[in-house]
Amino acid sequence: MRGYLPDFDVRVPSSLGEALELMAHAPGAYTPLAGGTDLMVVYNAGRLKPTRFLDLSRLAELRGIEEDATSLRFGALTTFTDLRECRSVHQHFPNLVKSARATGALAIQNRGTLAGNIANASPAADTPPSLLAYGAELELVSPRGLRRVAYDQFHQGYKRMDLAADELLAWIIVPKPSGRGFHYFRKVGTRQAQAISKTCLAAYARLEEGCVADLRIGLGSVAPTPVRARNAEAALLGQPLAALPIEAAREALLADMSPIDDIRATAHYRSVVTRNLLGQMLRELASL
Amino acid sequence: MAECIDLNLTVNGADHRVSVHPFARLLDVLREDLRLTGTKEGCGEGECGACTVLLNGQVVNSCLVPAVQVQGAEVVTVEGLAEGESLSSLQAAFLTHNGAQCGFCTPGMLLSATDLINRCPNPSDDQIRDGLAGNLCRCTGYAKILDAVHTAAADTRTAR
Repeated sequence: MRGYLPDFDVRVPSSLGEALELMAHAPGAYTPLAGGTDLMVVYNAGRLKPTRFLDLSRLAELRGIEEDATSLRFGALTTFTDLRECRSVHQHFPNLVKSARATGALAIQNRGTLAGNIANASPAADTPPSLLAYGAELELVSPRGLRRVAYDQFHQGYKRMDLAADELLAWIIVPKPSGRGFHYFRKVGTRQAQAISKTCLAAYARLEEGCVADLRIGLGSVAPTPVRARNAEAALLGQPLAALPIEAAREALLADMSPIDDIRATAHYRSVVTRNLLGQMLRELASL
Repeated sequence: MAECIDLNLTVNGADHRVSVHPFARLLDVLREDLRLTGTKEGCGEGECGACTVLLNGQVVNSCLVPAVQVQGAEVVTVEGLAEGESLSSLQAAFLTHNGAQCGFCTPGMLLSATDLINRCPNPSDDQIRDGLAGNLCRCTGYAKILDAVHTAAADTRTAR
């Protein structure tokens, strides 16, 4: 049974300044709404508490992808389809393209946004592992100014974020990898489209003189938030591709996860399959 | 409680003005306010694609779109595909190939496939599967739908 319409209200600011002013006058009173692909599902299920929405979808300031020499800057309203269609995203961030393709299907990809995927704060979202792998940063805006946060510091617990009641997630900045790189993304769901992940692993490695010079691994659906696999990363950093400690890294990955049983998979399944994904990724890396 | 809004939108080429709650779903505006009941509600959570329509030229799940976000928009529903009594080549191909059985998913399938052929005039099987991945059919097993889309794409290419 869906929600009772009179419980809901929507404000439609016509500029970012107006949106921030509304939020500043009533901190925490508004729920930002963009593509609606998460919020409307909860509403349709009748599980959304009475809400005042702030419709961001008309804010031109938050649209578009800007590129400079060192990074891409994604407006909060960048859709999964925008990611799939942007040549620079294909060139620099192939994992993000795969994340976008793995999210729902086309009708969801046309509406759902990158900032919504982050701020909805589901541990099962498909772009966060890739954003973690690429070392993304977030720009949060409020009437007090602009604040930049490393994305791997943003999620603080299940649905808890480093985001003040008067702040909006406005831009996502992803630094372009340089040098010789290796990209890996794999999501495991029940089917290829329209599935929520059982587990997901994204990685980016920079290689130098036959060794792993830099490595970031992002995981989805194995902890209360999207997480970096810091223990596995530490086991691999500096190691030669010719002799990667695959078993040690798989073992270390156990300390990076705290999976649970739910309707999509058991904790045991997640633990085993995520380690298998790491093994597959490392065998691909070793064969370069 | 929010006041109703005067919603102006173009559906299948005709301008409409309706008074609706700003958070009413596009699906309900189409079915209940405009009495265009070709668009179906299946799951109500963006999984099944039965409610697929084109919004400003893009496929969307109309059960996930609030009215306030379609102010001034152009919408195409299954009622807008035929020209009078003349079916679109895609609709005709669905008939020829038996691409529909119970028919409940068909309006959404037709909109997603129309969009696919617009974007991709000569689609491969994989491209069709990607384009229709958000539309679930519990009857056909999809093979006949793939055949219908291939035929319609070929007809469309010939017509051009």
